[in-house]
Amino acid sequence: MTLAGPSLVFVGGTVGTASRYILTTVTPQWFGVPFATLGINVVGALLLGLLLELLALRGPDRGRFRAVRLLLGTGFLGGFTTYSALAVDTDNLLRSGHILEAAAYAVITVVLGVAGAIAGMVLAHRLAGEPGPGNEPQDAGTA
Amino acid sequence: MITALLVSLAGGLGAATRFGVDGAIRARLSASYPWGTTVINISGSLLLGILTSVALGPLLPPTLQVVVGAGFLGGYTTFSTASVETLRLAQQRRWAGAAANAVGMLISAVAAAAVGWWIGTLL
Repeated sequence: MTLAGPSLVFVGGTVGTASRYILTTVTPQWFGVPFATLGINVVGALLLGLLLELLALRGPDRGRFRAVRLLLGTGFLGGFTTYSALAVDTDNLLRSGHILEAAAYAVITVVLGVAGAIAGMVLAHRLAGEPGPGNEPQDAGTA
Repeated sequence: MITALLVSLAGGLGAATRFGVDGAIRARLSASYPWGTTVINISGSLLLGILTSVALGPLLPPTLQVVVGAGFLGGYTTFSTASVETLRLAQQRRWAGAAANAVGMLISAVAAAAVGWWIGTLL
């Protein structure tokens, strides 16, 4: 497990980064910001909400479940989405005097990201045939 | 083609680095707030700011900029985890924590990118 964790994250992260790189290269830009980045981040947040909730509904974070989470969640979706490009592209917009565009880009991304995570979580419950997500704390470390 | 391959592998390395840094921070700081992702996203934004600024000069070959920027730092930082962690804080009705993780992280990361850009102009 000591070596398996990082290598699963590496493999997933490599494929996730490749997907992001290809999408941002082939899609048009908006004031120098690749359109794809917003879509990638929102879709990635939705898929991570879906994945983590599906795994949580199936069982504890051990063995195969943990391996899937590290490969697809921490690795693929972590590498697919990016925060540094969001920050630097927003800063570039600000520096070029596009204040409203910068604020809109950053705020819309963050709001849609949380909305995406919610949608993913709700979708996981639909797929699993369970009632909607509850309000119970999910992080075992906060008991 | 070779650039795309290098970008991808650098992204895998960035993701593995994030995994290590997050684990190290979780082991030291309170697990009730996602400090790991916060530190990762702000430090990654600072470094990408420096890189983007330095890349305007003759010091840095364009391929290296893309491999380190879109590759390593893109894989190192993560938006999906930050979004899910904001939602989890909100599910626990920790509204201040959720707001800090969403708005606070965003403002800090953009400020870090701006500071990084400024540092890059000095190099």
